[in-house]
Amino acid sequence: MDASSTTDISKEYLTFTLGDEHYAIDILMVKEIRGYESVTKIANAPPFIKGVINLRGDIVPIIDLRIKFNVGAASYDEFTIVIVLHIHNRIVGIVVDGVSDVVSLSRDQLRPPPDFGVAFDSRYLLGLATINEQMIILVDINELISSEEMGLFAFDEK
Amino acid sequence: MSKQVLIVDDSVSVRQMVEATLKSAGYIVTAAKDGLEALNICKARSFDFILTDQNMPNMDGLTFIKSTRELPAHLRTPIVVLTTEASDAMKAQGRAAGATGWMVKPFDPAKLLEIAKKVMG
Amino acid sequence: MSIDMQQFHAVFFEESQEHLEEMEQLLLALDIEAPDSEMLNSIFRAAHSIKGGSGIFGFDALGSVTHIMENLLDKIRKGQMAISSSMVDLFLRSVDQLKDILHSYRTNESIDWASVHQLTQQLELVTSGKNQQEADLEKKQGYGFFPKTESLPEDAYGFFDKPAADDSFGFFDDTVEADGFGFFGDLPAAVGQPAQSATESARAASAAVFGFFEELLEPGNTKNASENNPGAGIPAFSPHNIVEIKNLPDPPVTIPTASPVAVDSFEKTVSEKKDPEQKQPIPKQKPADHVSVESSSIRVDVAKVDQLINLVGEIVITQSMMSLLGKSLEGALAEKFQAVANELERNTREIQEAVMSIRMLPVSFVFNRFPRVVRDLSTKLGKQIELLIEGGETELDKGLTEKLVDPLTHLVRNSIDHGIESADVRRARGKNATGKVVLRAAQQGGNIVISIRDDGGGLNRERILAKARENNIPIGENPRDEDVWQLIFAPGFSTAAEVTDVSGRGVGMDVVKRNVQSLGGRIDIESRAGQGAIFTIHLPLTLAIVDGMGVAVGDQTFIVPLVHIVESMQPAAKDIKTLAGEDQLLHVRNEYWPILSLHKVMQLEPQFTDTSKGIVVLIETTKYRFALFVDALVGQQQVVIKSLEKHYKRVQGVAGATIMGDGSVALILDVESLALSVNQTAHLAIAV
Repeated sequence: MDASSTTDISKEYLTFTLGDEHYAIDILMVKEIRGYESVTKIANAPPFIKGVINLRGDIVPIIDLRIKFNVGAASYDEFTIVIVLHIHNRIVGIVVDGVSDVVSLSRDQLRPPPDFGVAFDSRYLLGLATINEQMIILVDINELISSEEMGLFAFDEK
Repeated sequence: MSKQVLIVDDSVSVRQMVEATLKSAGYIVTAAKDGLEALNICKARSFDFILTDQNMPNMDGLTFIKSTRELPAHLRTPIVVLTTEASDAMKAQGRAAGATGWMVKPFDPAKLLEIAKKVMG
Repeated sequence: MSIDMQQFHAVFFEESQEHLEEMEQLLLALDIEAPDSEMLNSIFRAAHSIKGGSGIFGFDALGSVTHIMENLLDKIRKGQMAISSSMVDLFLRSVDQLKDILHSYRTNESIDWASVHQLTQQLELVTSGKNQQEADLEKKQGYGFFPKTESLPEDAYGFFDKPAADDSFGFFDDTVEADGFGFFGDLPAAVGQPAQSATESARAASAAVFGFFEELLEPGNTKNASENNPGAGIPAFSPHNIVEIKNLPDPPVTIPTASPVAVDSFEKTVSEKKDPEQKQPIPKQKPADHVSVESSSIRVDVAKVDQLINLVGEIVITQSMMSLLGKSLEGALAEKFQAVANELERNTREIQEAVMSIRMLPVSFVFNRFPRVVRDLSTKLGKQIELLIEGGETELDKGLTEKLVDPLTHLVRNSIDHGIESADVRRARGKNATGKVVLRAAQQGGNIVISIRDDGGGLNRERILAKARENNIPIGENPRDEDVWQLIFAPGFSTAAEVTDVSGRGVGMDVVKRNVQSLGGRIDIESRAGQGAIFTIHLPLTLAIVDGMGVAVGDQTFIVPLVHIVESMQPAAKDIKTLAGEDQLLHVRNEYWPILSLHKVMQLEPQFTDTSKGIVVLIETTKYRFALFVDALVGQQQVVIKSLEKHYKRVQGVAGATIMGDGSVALILDVESLALSVNQTAHLAIAV
């Protein structure tokens, strides 16, 4: 399950942008990448939960991290990207401004995450890395998406 | 030419086991869940070997054998009774009903195949 | 080539479980004074079948118990021994233990041999008087062949005479012992041994004579033959969750049921709203050739059925997309296309219904456990109770059936423990000393209604109120009876002081309610002091499809379950009364319906905000009624319910989601919960 325990050498990450910031998530969590399409709205949901889509028969929630973390402008056009994630047997789509690349990072390239200056709470961060003089923030997407703060999963039922 | 075998047993698992075993050895297997069903099949066609359970709903094995022996096509078909009790009384009843032999349950695939081979060559 | 016996285990477990259930039902229904011989035969056969299979598959603990049960039952059915109620008790205990043993084998747990021995000893004690020697002898003989049969002409066995000339006939003749076959070699020695107990000898026999069950076949044995049929596939069964598709056998005696054929009643219920000439050709269990030519059922892993249901759901969606596409065609081609599309639509629906029906099981699968529960409980509590079961043939989705067991068991226990009074009290109250519990299932529209009715003392209003106060459960001023009864479902209502050995096992009524709600159902209680109580569970017919009306608000579509819709209309402005604030009432045929604006509930930008411009859908729920204000009707259709909770979570007012013809997602409204959001003062204006 957890690939981090199997290798210390290097792991692959998908990098994407939210506003001007560059982020990376474990590629193993990514199910697919698709364009943004219109969603069915859900009543009484926080604004960052855009609604649900039909992903080949599954009803999948779409969340906009830009709204949640107040980075960049939440606009939707033909370039808006949805990264579909597989988390705890659930499927969740996250809206991002763009997907950049898949990078390989080894542990010694990582620096501890900062306590401030990043949109995400540091408990969702795995560390920082620099690639081509670009700072990339490694996000623990598993932890973030399943957090109570996101309210995606019904906690009382667990 | 593959030999045709009829297995009559009310237990699905036993039927499946016998079927799979005999099929693995190249026999063509037909299965029936009780004596009545088996008798109806026997009225329509012949077999090279019939294996039947004794205790079954609707029609038991011995009644089935007796009725089958009345069918011209099955005068000579080897019929073996699967039984959990191989008492003398049981054997006498089996013989009287027209069975060719008996085989005690439980049995295993190897023994089943050995008997099938002996009976059908 | 070898046969992996494990592949048959799952089927054997299922089959044995069914035999045990059947035995239990029959034992409970058996009249000890005048036992029905066919029932005794059936009980005997059930024990016999388990024994036969367990021998073959090497489940010795099952075999040893059923072996003695079988002997005892044989004596009883042959009239050599009279059955007594203590025997029935012993048999029932044996059935329980066999279930445990079966479970242990299923889950690869170790067998509690000590208790197996204890049980076999008890059974043997009762069976005592048995001819041990004969019993031992039976087990020791492998197999043999009758040398000849008098009833047939001499030459009937020519087939065997010929091989006798070379080598194999000696094997069939009475010279069995002299033959060199390994499995006969043990025979003479075994016969000479002193008599052992039946179980021990049975086990010893299976060890000595049939010791090689799990061994692989020697390649040499089957090599020639297997060349003829190299690809003979053996269907593999996964060891869990198997549905059996079959013509149901006659219902067990205790359960008065009407139509035992699963497919028929499903057809009836689903096609109610359909064009009558649209017959549903659901195939009547065509036997699958590769399994068994004549057997009328096959066992299928539920996961496979569910996969099929999902795929059919996808076809339904693709088909509607295609129909939509066809609408853009023109001319003669459009007409032809439409005809073909209609045909496809009908076929698709039929496939869908046929596939759904595979998952349907009669509710008797759950009900059948209750005669035993009631028997045990009434004995324990010293109460006299008669259980009546009605509507066991009513069909329910398998998923629902399984999840009903716990809540129903709890409710039945509750009725017996708290509802039915002791015989003395009943007599003093002028009632029949024997209390009555009626378990009933019926289909009502798109719902299955299951009720547990008892003729006991009913719920005690004052006690419940007192208990609720004790537990700090909020109570309104002078609450109505219905509201008081609902208090027993409050978390923490059931307290230690009230826990009895019978109904209070730490599971409260709140859990029952939660379980039922999780199935999309609800529980109502009716009670009359001194006369009894009725607990009624309403459940959706199936978890997977619903007849719905599509309604539009803004750019979104919602589905309203058809069963709740009374009618739809465009209201005249004069019929809309606005109360203080924003609440509106609709005047329809001398009655006032509170209006609920869907765009407000769902927080959407509607096309119309003026009620008289849009459409109202009159909706009736179990408690309340209201008029749902929407922009427009989209049309009636059957939709496949998809779970929102699978990847998201439960949403207030929404029962689930479905995928529309264009691939978009529409939410299915939960009108019961919407009804609760209707302004309470508005209700008061109408007579419910």
